[in-house]
Amino acid sequence: MSLRVAIVDDHAMFRTGVRAEVDHDVEVVAEAEDVDSAVEAIIRTLPDVVLLDVHMPGGGGLEVIRRVHPRHLEVKFLALSVSDAAEDVIGIIRAGARGYVTKNISGPELVDAIRRVASGDAVFSPRLAGFVLDAFAGTIEVAQVDEDLDRLTEREREVMRLIARGYAYKEVAKELFISVKTVETHVSSVLRKLQLSSRHELTRWANERRLI
Amino acid sequence: MTIHDAPPAYRRAFRPADGRLLGGVAAGLAEHLGVPVVWVRAGFVVATWFHGAGVLAYLLLWWFLPVREKDLPPGLAAATRRGDRSAGTRGRPVREVVQTLALCAVGLGVLIILAHARGGVEPRYLAPILLAGAGVVVVWRQLDESSQDRTLWRDRGPAAILRTAVGLLLVVVAGVFLLNEGGLGSLLDVAAATLIALAGLGLVLGPWIARLSSDLASERRERVRTQERADVAAHLHDSVLQTLALLQKNASDPAAVATLARQQERELRSWLYGEQAEHGVSLAAGVRAAAAEVETAHHVRVDVITVGDAPADADVAALVRAAREAMVNAAKHAQVDRVDVYLEVTGKAAEVFVRDRGVGFDPEAVAADRMGLRGSIRGRMERHGGTADVRSAPGEGTEVRLCLPLHRSEEGDPS
Repeated sequence: MSLRVAIVDDHAMFRTGVRAEVDHDVEVVAEAEDVDSAVEAIIRTLPDVVLLDVHMPGGGGLEVIRRVHPRHLEVKFLALSVSDAAEDVIGIIRAGARGYVTKNISGPELVDAIRRVASGDAVFSPRLAGFVLDAFAGTIEVAQVDEDLDRLTEREREVMRLIARGYAYKEVAKELFISVKTVETHVSSVLRKLQLSSRHELTRWANERRLI
Repeated sequence: MTIHDAPPAYRRAFRPADGRLLGGVAAGLAEHLGVPVVWVRAGFVVATWFHGAGVLAYLLLWWFLPVREKDLPPGLAAATRRGDRSAGTRGRPVREVVQTLALCAVGLGVLIILAHARGGVEPRYLAPILLAGAGVVVVWRQLDESSQDRTLWRDRGPAAILRTAVGLLLVVVAGVFLLNEGGLGSLLDVAAATLIALAGLGLVLGPWIARLSSDLASERRERVRTQERADVAAHLHDSVLQTLALLQKNASDPAAVATLARQQERELRSWLYGEQAEHGVSLAAGVRAAAAEVETAHHVRVDVITVGDAPADADVAALVRAAREAMVNAAKHAQVDRVDVYLEVTGKAAEVFVRDRGVGFDPEAVAADRMGLRGSIRGRMERHGGTADVRSAPGEGTEVRLCLPLHRSEEGDPS
């Protein structure tokens, strides 16, 4: 049974392009071009995975996740964007997206990412891994509670670094002599920390990152 | 393209733009002083026991501390204005709200006990004073939000007006309360009451008037900024149009088209989303520039991810040149259309990884010319106290790892 996918993007040309690229492997059940129509279409069709643009009319991808996610946890979101603003990328992950890839991703890679997200794993592009390392870098504030969520383990850091270096999950597994499943577990755990960490530096970092 | 004013020499305290309970004064102070926010809140509560100094201080700070304005790159600012993205406003955690409520309750309890013991402020005045305080808070908070976000006025006009009205009503009710309690008999009382009412009015409307005048100033700044942006946008338009023209001319040459498109994408992206530091020369900027050169010269995509950064010096420049050499090698020999570059600066060292998934080679048996290139990478790194490793095998791609120890003192922080 092929996966059911919704494409949410305000550029019709881009939607057509993505549809053409993934059409053989997944079933595109809905397309939408703004927040309201997206929320309506997603709730109506309940796709397995929503490919979600970060910026679009009505409040952006973040707003779509905010409205749909709490009610339909089974619908997974994969952010697909041209925006590389760390603040937005981290924001959409913290809202509940299971991954982030840039729009210049190739068709097969995108299908692979859709499958991964649908099966409950997380998809980290090199850029997202870089952002994560940046966000969790630096000194940990002692005053912050919940320390487990506020730091990456050595292994998770290792996995993030390899992904940032352009390694696919399979290559990461080979490099670290662990199974792909274990790599997936590490990545999911990083995703969880990213979503749940109360570390206020995380948001502050995103806000101030470009104020050099 | 410098639209930023020179930063003040001293550190200023700000109120955070989001995630505040009342006015964000405590959160702002806590961040400025580097102490947990609950201490600051406790401080205000304790100070209130002494003739209400805490409340007064809070209100004054609310008045005088500016809200931290977000300075977004043009692409994001535009997306925010159009409503294509939601600003990441997040409230404080529930735990903190409960904590603060508890703190206030305890503070109020002590206040009542103190009032009884001292016989200073009579408890019956406490209720109207509290009421007036609540009214002021409601109105100010509304003013804060509407001055921060103009669309809020537009979208939720009725709600905003309602809230303002409720706040004013609270203040008036409190005033009437005070009047009745005080007894209407003497002229002095009436005069005092009028004075109180006027002071209350001033208190409520004061910030608004102050804000209006500061709004005017920022309008003016904004206008200058808009003009500057229009200039840059025009310039950008030109560059994009040029590229489009070039693309049409080169339509028969896929490699050239891809390179042109990629080049333009990079330029636009960095401007719109502020991806790179515009000011000064740094390691990350150097590596990105090198990648851009290689991309253009050799028609491959070079994806650069950077974590951290370091200011440029002679050693760092050598690292950038070695990294560039490695990229050129990958572009020339690996027979791939994509090279991944990863730069990570930790406290002690800078590492650059240049990786391709190309044909690879046997490092033990390389041709003389390749040896020379590798020598120039390795030799250069070693002269500057760093190391270079090459990992490769036929058919497995190549990865060059460059590592440069950074031995600089604390002042190297590029903030």
